[in-house]
Amino acid sequence: MAQHRDTPHLAQRKGFPWSRVVIYGLLGFFGLIYLLPLIVMILTSLKPLPEIYAGSMIALPQHWTVEPWIDAWERSCVGLNCNGIKGYFWNSTKMTVLAVVISTGIGLLNGYVLTKWKFKGANLLFGLILFGCFIPFQIVLIPMAHLLGKMGIASSTTGLVFVHVVYGLCFTTLYARNYYMAFPDELVRAAMIDGARFFSIFWRILLPNSAPIIIVTVIWQFTNIWNDFLFGASFSTGESAPMTVALNNLVNSSTGERPYNVHMAAAMIAALPTLLVYIFGGRYFVRGLMAGSVKG
Amino acid sequence: MATSYTEMPAAPATPGFGARLQQLLPKLVLSPTVLITLFFVYGFIVWTTYLSFTKSRGYPVHELVGWLQYSRVWAQPRWHVAIHNLAVFGALYVTICLFLGLLLAILLDQRIRQEGTVRAIFLYPMAISFIVTGTAWKWMLNPGLGLEKLVRDWGWTDFTFDWIVNEDMAIYTVVIAGVWQASGFVMAMFLAGLRGIDQDIIKAASIDGATMPRIYWRIILPQLRPVFLSSLVILAHLAIKSYDLVVALTGGGPGYATDLPSTFMYAHTFTRNQLGMGAASAVMMLLTVAAIMVPFLYSEVRGPRTATE
Repeated sequence: MAQHRDTPHLAQRKGFPWSRVVIYGLLGFFGLIYLLPLIVMILTSLKPLPEIYAGSMIALPQHWTVEPWIDAWERSCVGLNCNGIKGYFWNSTKMTVLAVVISTGIGLLNGYVLTKWKFKGANLLFGLILFGCFIPFQIVLIPMAHLLGKMGIASSTTGLVFVHVVYGLCFTTLYARNYYMAFPDELVRAAMIDGARFFSIFWRILLPNSAPIIIVTVIWQFTNIWNDFLFGASFSTGESAPMTVALNNLVNSSTGERPYNVHMAAAMIAALPTLLVYIFGGRYFVRGLMAGSVKG
Repeated sequence: MATSYTEMPAAPATPGFGARLQQLLPKLVLSPTVLITLFFVYGFIVWTTYLSFTKSRGYPVHELVGWLQYSRVWAQPRWHVAIHNLAVFGALYVTICLFLGLLLAILLDQRIRQEGTVRAIFLYPMAISFIVTGTAWKWMLNPGLGLEKLVRDWGWTDFTFDWIVNEDMAIYTVVIAGVWQASGFVMAMFLAGLRGIDQDIIKAASIDGATMPRIYWRIILPQLRPVFLSSLVILAHLAIKSYDLVVALTGGGPGYATDLPSTFMYAHTFTRNQLGMGAASAVMMLLTVAAIMVPFLYSEVRGPRTATE
């Protein structure tokens, strides 16, 4: 309790810091509950199957094994296809990287136009675009399925990239717009007087100062697109499915004695990319979350 | 809006082709997004709404049938289960998330050590796919292998926790997993709100002899009202859109005991060849979300808060 405190807090009485004990106790308790599913997933994925059926879900493995991870990656059966989840992981990777890059790029340009080249009606247009972030996507599933079929990109990664770009634009535009709003107009005006044009202003002045918002947007889009299930389930079949859809099929398709350790390993593999992004870029992830909800 | 200038001066005085292009360029750059939004958001909304008034079943047809698809949806017991579930799930999910989020935020705001780590622990579920968390929770809630077995092994052999396979209780497992996933996000919102409160007011109240619980109740919480409102809106719309979690956790079962409008829509559209009914349920979902989001977005875009960004 040696911490320097200049404003009063719940725990401000002298003597034995009971309130501190309660605070840390509660935080520890909730922390454990929040961590429990992750711990159980990891432990289960490292146990041989008989141990799972015999033992407790939070017991440490008696025989540590990475076999379930290898099984999940190379040999697990998704539907009738027993080549593991590696193909689906690769589908998700391709889909996510492409959709993130495209939607972020367009969003940055949109934000630039909406803040530095304002025209009449720009706010109305922004409002229209913004609403797209919040629609329940059920409302677009039927027309989109129809259209993707017409365009010949149904059940393909290309189709999913397209869908994710289309419905990611509102978020990327929102982030870039809110960020560029605070970007000093004087710099833009000065460059304009120096004769710089639309794209060179963006390229030379805004973009070099956009690292934070690019990171926020990329992390947000990456997480959303990697984790998407609805679009993947609606617009992909069999081999072209993304990781989340494959995981769900894997978990629900096994018959007989269920290889829970393989399921958990597959779930961990599906979670790892976004979890790693979160661990290394958590600060930016939180900023994205907040910007997506209260508009900074 | 804050920035006062409306249109940028066109660079040269003589408007040649290049200059006109420069003038048009911003609008040209924005136009793909506007067109995409008009077509893929608003156009598709119109399209789905239109379908909901047609006789479409396995494939779209153009024969209009008025409100028939809507009455067919409302005639389904399964739809009533879905609506009821949404009400139960939505109310509990929103309330518990708000309460827990606020509690965690207040606890975290007590200058604790390792705050960053603790915060990260509460928030990590947000970064993971619902399919993954659903899979994990399904495993933990499995009576034969998960929590029930754990507690029984500890000696309480009568302990029963079979909600996930119990028709009447299964929806509450969706609440548990949903709250686990989203409450950290609410915590982050409240924490940001708490950090934005003027410390001088609190200091002054404290000098005046107000106790901390009283300061929280009378001074701090009222100032968090905007955060409450945003969180409420976001959570409510997330509840209506919830889909993945139910699919992964219960698959809508047992039977269709944990169906939500979203799973109802999906089942009727893609597995039951009832496009019209699927479209009708999607339209009703959209209207519910719009009733929540439109006033909120309107005030956010128009409101004074945006002007001072």
